[in-house]
Amino acid sequence: MSFGVDGLCVDVAGVSALSDVDLDVTGGSIVSVVGGDGAGKSTLLRCLVGRIAPTAGAVRRPASHEIGYMPATSGTWRQLTVAENVDFVAQAFRLSAVERSRRSADLLDRAALAEASDRLAGDLSGGMRHKLGFVMAVLHEPDLLVLDEPSTGVDPVSRVELWRLITEAAAAGTAVAMTTTYLDEAERASSITVLDGGRVIAAGSSDALLSTFPGSITAPERATDPRRAWRRGRSIREWHPDGASKDGQRPLETADLSFEDTVVARMLDQERLASTESRP
Amino acid sequence: MLAMILKEFRELRRDRRTVAMLVALPLVLLVIFGYAANFSVSSVTVEVVGPNADSVAGQLPPFFDVTAVDPSGDTEAGTDALVDAEVDSVVVVGDGTNQLLVDGSSLFTAQATVAAANQAGGALDVEVLFNPDLETSWVMVPGLIGLIMTFIGTIVTSLGLVRERQDGTLEQLAVMPLRPSDVIIGKIAPYFVLAYLDMVAVVVLGMLLFGVPFAGSAVLFGLGAAIFLLVVLGLGVFISTVSENQGQAIQTAMFVVMPQILLSGMIFPLSSMPWGVRWIGYLLPLTYFIEIALGIMLRGAGIGSLWPAYAVLCVMIVVVLGGAVARFRRDLAPSLPSRPVDHEPVAA
Repeated sequence: MSFGVDGLCVDVAGVSALSDVDLDVTGGSIVSVVGGDGAGKSTLLRCLVGRIAPTAGAVRRPASHEIGYMPATSGTWRQLTVAENVDFVAQAFRLSAVERSRRSADLLDRAALAEASDRLAGDLSGGMRHKLGFVMAVLHEPDLLVLDEPSTGVDPVSRVELWRLITEAAAAGTAVAMTTTYLDEAERASSITVLDGGRVIAAGSSDALLSTFPGSITAPERATDPRRAWRRGRSIREWHPDGASKDGQRPLETADLSFEDTVVARMLDQERLASTESRP
Repeated sequence: MLAMILKEFRELRRDRRTVAMLVALPLVLLVIFGYAANFSVSSVTVEVVGPNADSVAGQLPPFFDVTAVDPSGDTEAGTDALVDAEVDSVVVVGDGTNQLLVDGSSLFTAQATVAAANQAGGALDVEVLFNPDLETSWVMVPGLIGLIMTFIGTIVTSLGLVRERQDGTLEQLAVMPLRPSDVIIGKIAPYFVLAYLDMVAVVVLGMLLFGVPFAGSAVLFGLGAAIFLLVVLGLGVFISTVSENQGQAIQTAMFVVMPQILLSGMIFPLSSMPWGVRWIGYLLPLTYFIEIALGIMLRGAGIGSLWPAYAVLCVMIVVVLGGAVARFRRDLAPSLPSRPVDHEPVAA
């Protein structure tokens, strides 16, 4: 059971939103798509669920009744209660009454929403609403679960709970594709695809992405080039495209790097390449 | 403060609908109130029936525009002509006095006709049919029924549909294993039922509270209401497809509902409007529903005379509802985005 996209291109009003993107999501695994604002993450997921027709490339997805989708807005109906939201989705996916009752009770319990089943979705906190959106997406036990920034704007405790639910779904054999802006979260996925400007700039496991990135990263007292430096906690990180620091600092070992560091390094490298290309 | 004013102007410049309302609405109101808001009736159509009809027709004041003369006709034939709205009034020539039958379902026309007959010096024995006391409520209630259905069908329906888009749940519906027809019918059926129930309630209350008669066929009336409702639901669906949020939907609905109130003949008689404005009235579905409602409720008219209004509404169903549903289906179908889609609209 493998889903995804091959050589996907999407043009928006003559501008490339996605260019030659590959993504492979197999059953039982979680693939996270990361990237900055406007990188094309949501466009990619919307192609995957069939909301956007690609300009070129192929999309491999199951039938619509085997897809579970949670949009960035959580996809819940605010004027319906938690139970009514779940009930509507169950009916739309034609679950039997017995199945509906069993699945909804189990999922609402696991999402800690059982006691809120009579509350309007619009009255829930952001975290609870996202968990409800997740329950609705996974209710019919889809083969492919597509989650668009499920944890954005969600408090840390709810994020932990959401991740528990996501990993449980994957453990049950579901193929999970999700976008996130939290790089620490992306690391937990089986595979990560990094998008920048609609292009894949890196893809693989977090270990592979940690060990292979362009240039080197140091932890100087003071950055030699502020445009290539960023803060990580109380320390500074600086990226050196040619691998060597101008002030002789030793590059950090893989064990001292975070996934976030390598993603920032890759994005800086993309910026450098783009500015080199645009120079006459 | 200057920065605030500047910001507001910049936002306004990009809010085309508000600018349209600011510019177009005063112009529209000026034109409508200048030309259409006219209660005075300068002439009425009349059929003269009975022996010596030819000579009586020639003696009528110029206010009466004689459109037909039938020496072999009688009171019954004249009444039928009024029921079928062929003319505004009928003069029945008798042995001693001549009787003027007036269509009371057209209030301002009837009032003007009665006034003109009285000024003629009592030569005509006036009888107002269908609304003998010229009650305003009898004429307004059928129009209000249409207006209520227009309100629910257009504004409430468009708000309900736009809410799906605004909350990002339209996206969810599009991905679910639902056919577009399931979504569209599922969305508009509740509004259809509610508006229909409202229509029944207003008819019953109008009869109980104001004594409005119901002279014609309830089945025919129910059919006309259903057809009309489908047209205004189509307008609601259409508005939802051109609106990103509920504020925009209300603004757009204003442009659709206001002309129906002012130019459908509900308040100002269509016959008193100059053709430059009147033609707009003939493009509005409420114009035809009012024709049907007044015809059936007050005059007891049948399909024989009302079929043109039914036919126009049926054509409007095909054009308006068909077009709107096609646009809504397009929103549900996979498409190329018209702009970057990294973030869905977030509900307020």
